[in-house]
Amino acid sequence: MSFFFTVSPDFSPLHISDWFLVNTWLQRNTGEQIHLELFDDFESQRKVIEEKKVDLIYSNPYDAAILVRKHGFKAVARPRDLTDEAIIAVAASSPITKVEDLKPQTRIATTDDPNVHMMAMILIEPADLSKANTVITIRDSYMRVAQDVIGGIADVGFFLKSTYDDLSDIVKKQLRPITTSRIYMVHHALLVGNNMIPLKEKLQQTLVKMSADPEGKSALEALSFSGWDLLEQEDVEFMIDLMDTLVEKE
Amino acid sequence: MKDMIPSDVSKSGTTIRHKYYNGFERTLIFTDIETSFPEGNLIVSRTDIDGNIIGCNKAFCDMSGFTKEELIGQPHCILRHPDMPAAAFKDLWNTVEQGKHWHGYVKNLRKDGGYYWVYATVIPNVREGKRIGFSSIRRQPSRVKIQEHIALYKKMKAQEA
Repeated sequence: MSFFFTVSPDFSPLHISDWFLVNTWLQRNTGEQIHLELFDDFESQRKVIEEKKVDLIYSNPYDAAILVRKHGFKAVARPRDLTDEAIIAVAASSPITKVEDLKPQTRIATTDDPNVHMMAMILIEPADLSKANTVITIRDSYMRVAQDVIGGIADVGFFLKSTYDDLSDIVKKQLRPITTSRIYMVHHALLVGNNMIPLKEKLQQTLVKMSADPEGKSALEALSFSGWDLLEQEDVEFMIDLMDTLVEKE
Repeated sequence: MKDMIPSDVSKSGTTIRHKYYNGFERTLIFTDIETSFPEGNLIVSRTDIDGNIIGCNKAFCDMSGFTKEELIGQPHCILRHPDMPAAAFKDLWNTVEQGKHWHGYVKNLRKDGGYYWVYATVIPNVREGKRIGFSSIRRQPSRVKIQEHIALYKKMKAQEA
C-alpha cells in the first residue's frame, strides 16, 4: 500500500526538493511506500483533504484544526524549536515605523495562508484596525506581497517569518519589518490520517532518530529543522484551542 | 488565596479587603503603576474546571510578576483588579459555562500591586465532548479601547456599590 504525504503549501519554493529528500529518507527508514505530493495553494490541498486522500501531512496550525477535529488526524511530531510567527513589513522608505502609525484604510497585502493572516491581524489590533477598516488584497505568494509593498501598492505586507527570512537580500533591503509576533506556541505539525494511524508509533520512533542519521540530518538542515520532537495529541488540541481564540473580530 | 503583602509591592499602595464574586476574600494592595503589554506577545494560561491555574506561558509570569510555581494551583482570580466590576466576571463564567467564547477588556492586578490591560478571550477546553477546563489567551488592546473601558467599568462599579 502506498501512503499519500503532503506538506502545507506555505514553505518557500526553495525547499521543494528538500521535502522530496525528507520523503525519500522516510521511505527508506520506515520501509513504507510514501508518495509525496506538493500543492501550490491551500485550496487545492484542502480539496484532497476533503476527499480523504491524505494519510500523512505536515500541516500548518490552522489546517490542523480541520484535520484533527473534523477528520480525526493524530499528532506525530513537530519541528524542534520552530514556531510559526508573523512579520508585518513596510517599504524601507515608508514613514511608518510602528503599528500605532497605521491608520484606517491601511492597504494590506497578504496571502491565503490563514494562520499568518490571523496572527498579523492581531498585531494590528492595538492600532484599532480590523478587516472592517482596512483594505486587504490577497496575493498568491509572499514574493507578490513583497512586490506590492515595495511598489507602493500596499502600505504593509503580512509574512510568515521563516518565509520572510528566506527572501533574497535584494528584496529584504527594500523592506523593513515594523513588528513580529512572539507567540511561541503555534507551530506546524506532522499528522497522520486514519490509514496511517496504526503506523504512528513506528513513524515517531523513526523521526526522532532522523537528526542522528547523517543523511537525515542533512535533509533536516536543508529545511532549517534541527530535528523532530514527538507531539502529544493534547499538545495539538491545545494549539487548536489557542488558534480558535485568535479568530478575527468583526 | 494568600493576602498581598507590602514587601511585594513596588511602592506604597492602597490596601483594601476585597471580596470576590466566587466568595473568596483577600487583602489587596494596589498602585497606579501600569506595565505595558509586550508587543507581539500572547499571554496564555489554562485552568481546571474550577478555575485553578494548571499551566501558563512565560509572558503570563512576566506580566503578572509571579513565578510559575507561585501561580500553579492558584485560582485565576489572583489577578483580579479591584477596579474590575464583578458583573464582567459573572458574564465571563455564564458565557464559558454555556460552551461559548468570552471576549473582553480586563485590567489585571500584578503581584507588585501594579496593573496591566489585556484583551482577553476565554474558551472552554472540550475533549471528546467533555469540558476539561478553560484557556485564557490575552492580547494587546488598543489605548482607545482601554480608555473606553476605564469609563465603562467605573460606571459599572458605581452601580454595584
